[in-house]
Amino acid sequence: MIQFLTDNMAPLMFVVLVFFLLFGYPVAFALAANGLLFAFIGIELGLLTPALMQALPERVFGIMRNDTLLAIPFFTFMGLILERSGMAEDLLDTIGQLFGPMRGGLAYAVIFVGALLAATTGVVAASVISMGLISLPIMLRYGYDRRLASGVIAASGTLAQIIPPSLVLIVMADQLGRSVGDMYAGAMIPGLILAALYAGYVFIISMVNKDAAPALPLEARSLRGMQLAIRVCVSLVPPLVLIFLVLGTIFIGVATPTEGGAMGAAGALILALMKRKLDWSLLRQAMDTTAKLSAFVIFILIGSTVFGLTFRAVNGDLWVEHLLTSLPGGQLGFLIVVNIMVFVLAFFLDFFELAFIVVPLLGPAAEKLGIDLIWFGVLLGVNMQTSFMHPPFGFALFYLRSVAPVADYIDKVTGKLIPKITTGQIYWGAVPFVCIQIIMVGLVIAFPEMVTSMLDRGPVLNESEVQMQLQIESPNYGGDPAAESETPGEEPEAGETEEDTPDFGEQEEDPNAPK
Amino acid sequence: MNILLALSRLIDGLNGAVGRFVYWAVLVAVIISSGNAVVRYAFHTSSNAWLEVQWYLFSAIFMLCAGYTLLRNEHIRIDVIVSRFSERTLIWIDIIGTVLFLLPISIIIMYLSWPVLVESFVRHEMSSDAGGLIRWPVKLLIPAGFLLLVLQGISELIKRIAFLQGLIPNPAPKKQDAHSPVEGAAE
Repeated sequence: MIQFLTDNMAPLMFVVLVFFLLFGYPVAFALAANGLLFAFIGIELGLLTPALMQALPERVFGIMRNDTLLAIPFFTFMGLILERSGMAEDLLDTIGQLFGPMRGGLAYAVIFVGALLAATTGVVAASVISMGLISLPIMLRYGYDRRLASGVIAASGTLAQIIPPSLVLIVMADQLGRSVGDMYAGAMIPGLILAALYAGYVFIISMVNKDAAPALPLEARSLRGMQLAIRVCVSLVPPLVLIFLVLGTIFIGVATPTEGGAMGAAGALILALMKRKLDWSLLRQAMDTTAKLSAFVIFILIGSTVFGLTFRAVNGDLWVEHLLTSLPGGQLGFLIVVNIMVFVLAFFLDFFELAFIVVPLLGPAAEKLGIDLIWFGVLLGVNMQTSFMHPPFGFALFYLRSVAPVADYIDKVTGKLIPKITTGQIYWGAVPFVCIQIIMVGLVIAFPEMVTSMLDRGPVLNESEVQMQLQIESPNYGGDPAAESETPGEEPEAGETEEDTPDFGEQEEDPNAPK
Repeated sequence: MNILLALSRLIDGLNGAVGRFVYWAVLVAVIISSGNAVVRYAFHTSSNAWLEVQWYLFSAIFMLCAGYTLLRNEHIRIDVIVSRFSERTLIWIDIIGTVLFLLPISIIIMYLSWPVLVESFVRHEMSSDAGGLIRWPVKLLIPAGFLLLVLQGISELIKRIAFLQGLIPNPAPKKQDAHSPVEGAAE
């Protein structure tokens, strides 16, 4: 029994983790408890030393001083302010008028606005809820196919996950040890192609069945000519300014993602002030939600750090790496297996959990197989995006359900009775888009240039970026020569115990070290 | 039990107040960070102290709000399977989870981080960057944050046991669906 335990610590740890997670207690603590339990077993069996746990405070401190994660609250805050100040509503209204005369026009408007919102807020719920509230009733009023209408809204909302500045990509960059700027640049083209594929699907449907997505009748188009042109300019300008402020400055390399996020958040506040939508309750709500989101995200990371500490100490990382690198088919075999695995896991886990638990295990194996980690990260990002629209547990579907009509209602404009949207319609509506998502994963695997061509691999950007990061943070977790020299007289064992245990994959936590 | 419930209310009040106070740090961080960025482009200068304030504030946000987040029951769970269970089962899951998952790890990290803090305080440990900040206040956040978390765990435990005894209504009523839009707005 003991022999069995000793030999199979890593696989056992993994199995027990699954049970702990499914137990339904918050993931952060389930992860940490799993790490703690196996550290205890390992110590009892003499496999590990009690000093292992001594590294914990330093690990937590390492997370605190991680500059990359700082972008998370900024982008969240920005998204919340924009959502609550009604930018999405303005955009949808106007763009809907613009595309209305076309067959499938409202659906294109939803996709277009979804992509635009994605590029400014990075918040899925915001997009889905506002589009569900505004576009869905109009689509139903003019006889859109109900599955198409709900599917396109849910799917377009999830574009926020893959089009920068998305939180997924920040976390992914952090976990894979790459720069967020590169991750953003790499995700740009796949994100846009994905939006184009959605539009292509709408086009095909509207051509095959002309009743599925009719054009708006004349009386529904309140704005015409110059009036419309002005409205378009007015409502498009604020998001475009923000997109430049945030993404533009990051891409041309003048701002780090953290600075870009902070500027974006400040910009969102200024826009909301100018629209006279900013009041104390909105501000408090946004801060409250941002603080709670930061806490639960970072605590999942802390939990997975405790897990990872033990998992690596029992050589779990080597076990996973061995499993994955010995797959038949080399790179392609690895990518296919990993993507199927992530796709299946995405039914149960959402992306924070996937990114913090699964990605750190996959990263080293991918690197060993010579896979570009930016490409790999974007690929997983597209894949995890499906986790938002898988029936029956996708977040986007829940958000849409929460705003779609649950009972038949009389439409105010036409006076017709509009039947409710059933949950089945929402689920079936999502299926074609999940398929498009799978096609997209295949495309990214087949054409890595989609991702890599956007990366400026020339020395100019890289050098300046490294310098910028060096200037901003001091990425020393282990031995810190400056700190040590301040206390020349001290015994290193006494003074630096927490820094003297760098032997459990320290480099994993140090994404900003110059490569 | 009444004394315990009073204690629980006290803890809830404490974490609620801490949360509502600390979330202002979000706004402060936005202002300082965008200020830093602007200053850096405009005057080509930057101060390590102001750059470090950014992550000091962020650390304060997530460390000190962890207990508040627990109070609001917003730490992410995988409720795919368990959401079908009865109310009482869910309460039991929380009780077991608090005792076996939350409390041990929080207490251990709190305990281990204390000497690190004392060490940093005694040595007047400074940032290794020129002009950086003194380190102990940010290291204080680790034991402080986990202490708040432990306290909130105890409070949640009391409330759930009181519910099982029929003394109070369910402290964590089921949301109407697994991810309500309000909570979802955070995604």
